[in-house]
Amino acid sequence: MSVIECDKVSIRYMTGDFKAIGLKEYIIRRLKGNYHVKEFWADKDISFKLEKGDMLGIIGSNGAGKSTLLKAVTGIMIPTSGSLKTKGHIAALLELASGFDGDMTVRENTYLRGALLGYTRQFLNEKYDEIISFAELEEFQDYEFKQLSSGMKSRLAFSIACLVNPDIIILDEVLSVGDGAFKKKSGDKMKQILDSGVTGLLVSHSISQVRDLCNKILWLDHGKQVAFTDDVEHYCDAYEEFLMTKKLPKSQADIDKLAQGWQKRQEEERRKKEEAKAKKS
Amino acid sequence: MNKIIHTYQKYSFLFEELVKRDFKQKYKRSILGMGWSILSPLLTLLVMYMVFSNLFGGRMEHYVIYLFSGQLVLSYYKESTKNGMTSLLNNSKIFSKINVPKYMFLFSKNVSALVNFGLTLGVYFIFCIFDGIGFHPRQFMLVFPILCLLGLNIGVGLILSALFVFFRDIRYLYDVLLTLLTYVSAIFYTVDRFSPLGQRLFLLNPVYVYIKYFRCIMIDELIPSPEYHLLCIFYAGISLLIGGWIYKKYNHAFLYYL
Repeated sequence: MSVIECDKVSIRYMTGDFKAIGLKEYIIRRLKGNYHVKEFWADKDISFKLEKGDMLGIIGSNGAGKSTLLKAVTGIMIPTSGSLKTKGHIAALLELASGFDGDMTVRENTYLRGALLGYTRQFLNEKYDEIISFAELEEFQDYEFKQLSSGMKSRLAFSIACLVNPDIIILDEVLSVGDGAFKKKSGDKMKQILDSGVTGLLVSHSISQVRDLCNKILWLDHGKQVAFTDDVEHYCDAYEEFLMTKKLPKSQADIDKLAQGWQKRQEEERRKKEEAKAKKS
Repeated sequence: MNKIIHTYQKYSFLFEELVKRDFKQKYKRSILGMGWSILSPLLTLLVMYMVFSNLFGGRMEHYVIYLFSGQLVLSYYKESTKNGMTSLLNNSKIFSKINVPKYMFLFSKNVSALVNFGLTLGVYFIFCIFDGIGFHPRQFMLVFPILCLLGLNIGVGLILSALFVFFRDIRYLYDVLLTLLTYVSAIFYTVDRFSPLGQRLFLLNPVYVYIKYFRCIMIDELIPSPEYHLLCIFYAGISLLIGGWIYKKYNHAFLYYL
């Protein structure tokens, strides 16, 4: 069996006037017939399969349903229809720094977060020093969490979530936090985890990162699946061109056209740069 | 059963850490800390005694214990359910990012109310001794209403915390309800003056049912009838069932309301 099997998964999201209205208001609106709930499909008929060691890059503009799909994989949401099977321990890094308690110390927060992620006390006792040193927070262990800088916070969150050797790792824009040095370090750590045979899902707006880390690509647009492929370079080209032209490909030919367009654009840019260089010299 | 033990093992560490966090959050800024939690019901008791003993207490033996029984049970119920109500929403940042069993937040919140209750219960027994109520093995039966009360509190807490995610004004409505509950729980008056039917209507209020159990054991020195025990279990069970059902049904739908 594959590590992740996502078969025609659709997720319906509810929105509308019901958020944060009171009970009294709700009853009045119900009586007046003025109560509206809007439904929309955050994801529609998404299918993909990942084997051990695969790294899937999920691309698409805002509101494409990427984060919702990740939430379904972690089990925070369930598909409205379709089936989603996962195998093994999942480590999810979604919007890292949230969910910590500002008034508790770094040490206490580490244990709490570890417990939330399903680690055992024994495991945390063993790994605690490693987590702190990877996050470079040795001197801040007894500081209150709110005293940390936002970079430190995400470093800690990253370290806790990553030092576990998960079977599946889920990354939502998390590689793009922290300063330059930590970015590299976390990138290296990611690669090391990837080499250990983990299966990963990565949402990133940095296409170069996707090209760098992923061997498969899932392209979403407004909840619909544009493509699922292992031809990373070709589809990344097409996607980058799509970002410029905003023309959604409808067939394989469109994809090829987009990719070619991107290549042409790249070449032009290169030529311009060279010309500029030549002028300078 | 095996499944329950397995779940317990899996989440006991998380439970401990959440309880620790709740205690730290609760007591971090108060110098009196836990002492205050005992002192405040005692002060309420004192005021109630001064006011009501002239009105109702003259004709009655052990009026202090009568008052204290009511105050003990009611304040535990109030504290537990009021704290429980916000437990889910306050942790929305966590459960919208990490897949954890959502009832854990409520369970851990209930621990601090339970600890307070335990401390106040100790004071209650000391009062009993001073009031000339000696120890009797019968008093071990109090474990029964306490367990039922715990069940009721968790059940009502589950219901309220879910409702609070859906409707944020539940907090104010529940305050009103609690005030009404205080008046119909026969804390400071006796129910003898009501007609037999009226006295039966009081049994519709689960808090009163548990208060009456305490008074029965401590003041009347009687163990209530088996039917009465069933009534106690019924209230705990029904609230746990409804609360559990809501959590199961809306487990993934809570996200939409954040």
